[in-house]
Amino acid sequence: MENNMAKKDQRFLSVRDLVVEYRSEGKTVHAVNHVSFDLSKGKTLGLVGETGAGKTSIAKAILRILPDHSTQRAEGVVELDGEDMMALPEHEMQKLRGHKVSMIFQDPMTALNPVKTVADQIAEVVKLHNPVTRAESLERAKKMLEMVGISADRAGEYPHQFSGGMKQRVVIAMALACDPELLIADEPTTALDVTIQAQVLDMINKLKEELNTSMIMITHDLGVVAETCDTVAVTYAGQVIEYGSKEDIFDRPSHPYTVGLFKALPNMNKDADRLAPIDGLPPDPTNLPQGCSFSPRCPYATEECRLTPVDSREIAPGHFCRCIKAAAKATTQEV
Amino acid sequence: MPDTAVKMSKGAKRGGQRPPKKLARTGSALYVWQRICQNPLALAGVIAICVMIILSILSPFFLKYDYSTIDMTSACATPSAEHLFGCDELGRDILARILYGARYTLSVGFLSVAISATLGIALGAAAGYFGGIVDQIVMRFLDIMAAFPQLLLAIAISAVLGTGFDKCIYALGISGIPHFARMMRANILTIRGQEFVEAATSINCSKLRIILRHVIPNAIAPLIVEVSMSIAGAGLAASSLSFIGLGVQPPAPEWGAMLASARNYIRLYPHMIMFPGLFIMISVLSFNLIGDAIRDALDPKLKD
Amino acid sequence: MAALLEVKNLKKYFPTNKGVVHAVDDVSFRLDAGKTMGVVGESGCGKSTLGRTIIHLQNSTDGQILFAGEDVTHVKGKELKKLRENMQIIFQDPYSSLNPRMSVHDTIVEPLILSGKFKGPALEKEADRLMDMVGIESRLRGAYPHEMDGGRRQRVGIGRALALNPKFIVCDEPVSALDVSIQAQVLNLLMDLQDEFNLTYMFVTHDLSVVRHISDSICVMYLGQLVETCDTKELFECQLHPYSKALLSAIPSTDIHHPTKRIVIKGEIISPIDPKPGCRFAARCPHACERCHQPQQLEEVTPGHYVACCRVRELNEAFSRT
Repeated sequence: MENNMAKKDQRFLSVRDLVVEYRSEGKTVHAVNHVSFDLSKGKTLGLVGETGAGKTSIAKAILRILPDHSTQRAEGVVELDGEDMMALPEHEMQKLRGHKVSMIFQDPMTALNPVKTVADQIAEVVKLHNPVTRAESLERAKKMLEMVGISADRAGEYPHQFSGGMKQRVVIAMALACDPELLIADEPTTALDVTIQAQVLDMINKLKEELNTSMIMITHDLGVVAETCDTVAVTYAGQVIEYGSKEDIFDRPSHPYTVGLFKALPNMNKDADRLAPIDGLPPDPTNLPQGCSFSPRCPYATEECRLTPVDSREIAPGHFCRCIKAAAKATTQEV
Repeated sequence: MPDTAVKMSKGAKRGGQRPPKKLARTGSALYVWQRICQNPLALAGVIAICVMIILSILSPFFLKYDYSTIDMTSACATPSAEHLFGCDELGRDILARILYGARYTLSVGFLSVAISATLGIALGAAAGYFGGIVDQIVMRFLDIMAAFPQLLLAIAISAVLGTGFDKCIYALGISGIPHFARMMRANILTIRGQEFVEAATSINCSKLRIILRHVIPNAIAPLIVEVSMSIAGAGLAASSLSFIGLGVQPPAPEWGAMLASARNYIRLYPHMIMFPGLFIMISVLSFNLIGDAIRDALDPKLKD
Repeated sequence: MAALLEVKNLKKYFPTNKGVVHAVDDVSFRLDAGKTMGVVGESGCGKSTLGRTIIHLQNSTDGQILFAGEDVTHVKGKELKKLRENMQIIFQDPYSSLNPRMSVHDTIVEPLILSGKFKGPALEKEADRLMDMVGIESRLRGAYPHEMDGGRRQRVGIGRALALNPKFIVCDEPVSALDVSIQAQVLNLLMDLQDEFNLTYMFVTHDLSVVRHISDSICVMYLGQLVETCDTKELFECQLHPYSKALLSAIPSTDIHHPTKRIVIKGEIISPIDPKPGCRFAARCPHACERCHQPQQLEEVTPGHYVACCRVRELNEAFSRT
């Protein structure tokens, strides 16, 4: 029994073979291609990647909030606490959203309703998922606001009366109002200034520890990943091309793309005359390369890379990489 | 550089590989025409309008009946080989009236919208680009005009100017100005704040060139559809004016006026309202299709 | 050596319904030819307005701008035209900085046509040269902005700025909207162009790692005022102003084994409308005292290192002791 519990705990969220395709102008957009990852209770997974790498689509697919009109295909297994979310009927899913799983969106300016007070907006979420009276839900809303560092006196104010950083705090308070077990944060600090970002990241880290929430942190900023995440999934062209612990990724990056990303980043602690950019552009998601999706830009690519699809391989315990060469290197090293 | 990412090859197909001389320069009148020809719906619209205009001009030469000849013996006659579209309550041939009436309806539409769009766009562009006191004066004046319903304003203007075909055009043209000015100003304000306008200033672009080359081409596209739709609307408004005796005077067979008078017979003789209605519908639809196509042709984002 | 650009007590105020916004308030600095000066600060600190005021996209309220030794603060007409050929700007947003209805070729030849120096075949040749210089493939000459990725659009913007052969370029967050791998491409291009043409950059950004990489000296701005300026190396080694310290410590570090000790400052930026005299950072500063409510002077603390903080000496003594 105990063993069973531990196993369940290990895989609080498990995503297997997630595929998302959109339809756009008569073409199929392969936004997410066979993405798999696990997340344990109380841990944070960083989904890192550039614009169009499919990070947000992964998050929306987990919450099942992909746009109906353009989504052509959304398949795979998403197990939360052993329950397959993809198989749940919509009304069950509605109960789950905002309650067990909630999401923080990138832009706090558009995530709030401008004609309702912030307390009302938080209270609404509470009331939707809990059998409470209006007074109780408002009470809870005030408590949440104080938790994210906003004085309860401001509960009756409207979103426009808050600054950007404060609005993002309100959004976070709303997301945490029902004690979610899984929080998906989509670039929660990208729209904020650095000093405000520092405040918000500190707060998220603190709250996560207090509430033991699991989190998926979507970001393009490797610095944010370094500060908040336990495991990291690097996405490229809708695939997780490297996945492992924070130490695996930052100390031993193995996929040429991950290595390239670190080299392209101006380093705060090292002087370099010129940066080493990754040549070229990410592939068109309507027309992905036949083999490895990074092969057109990869300096080490061979004919084999270009022609055969590459599977994710475990190159060290818990460290996965979608690269033939990295896998080969790992085996030779072991020998 | 292994820089042939697929995204760009798409751009190449659009920009580079196309034989350069095949289509005229983007934005030129010839180019717009070429694009319309590629769009079957818009082409149908152009053909429909042209056919109407030609038939209208030639109708006195090939039709058996005159639009104003009253023949009480065939009053309210239903469509037959003699009268293809039937006759109205005074026995006038509906086909002849519709074809002749196209002159009035279409030209009222064209000319009045030409007046309101030209003046409205110029005023709106000036108000939006210069802002400040110019904006205040122009917009407050137009606000006052816009405070009256457009038709009421048109009635008031034609009450001052008098009745008749030309007066009707002025009345409708003037009363349509605030609408265009308002739209243009709003568009200009969005465009003016964009960085490429600042960039134009920084490379020594004169104010006039900025307005003409950078601001207006970007602000005008949504208005083109509006123009085409307004042509149809102005035709309808003209008929309302005729209905209360201020617009085109009887016996001129304006379509709206025909519709108005046929109203009374809708149960017994539906053909009397059906045919003018059908032609109004076709012309409105055609203008809208053409308008959409012109807007798309002017938008480089919709090149294919 | 005379500085290429010297700004003295520059002020830019915007009157609004609620009061006067002090976007740039009493900023002075000098910049030598061929160097890059980074201007950092958070949104609303006036760094973009500073750049735009210097290149005369906006009129200054007060103060002096000297370019190549000449006072250009109030130039007009022909002289302004000539000045603009020497001072250009590269914008932040490669989406809104290009006219969506003009192709790459049209955008790049526009300044050439306006300068009146090129005509006919010479114009086309010059356009090709510029496109080649900024790394735009010639097959893209007929492409429109929406058909290109952010990096290429930004290259077009750079090409337009370079068309008039400027000496000084304001780079207003040119890489903030780009992904990391593309950002590196554009930064390298900017640095190569600087080497080739001895360009002088004023690099406005909120990204401190970029600024550290590209600039020779740095100005830190807070609410319209300069709070600290010195060599890049010096700033990253020893910041003296409490705001600079907090700003630098707030950058998330990619070094997972030596996380930076973060100084989290409370509160948010106050409104720049009719600010009170005195240090504008005082409301958030952990070391604020009575004296901070008096106007602060930019003072040379160590050679070449200017700080506007009345407690700079005592605070930094305390720091060096700990």
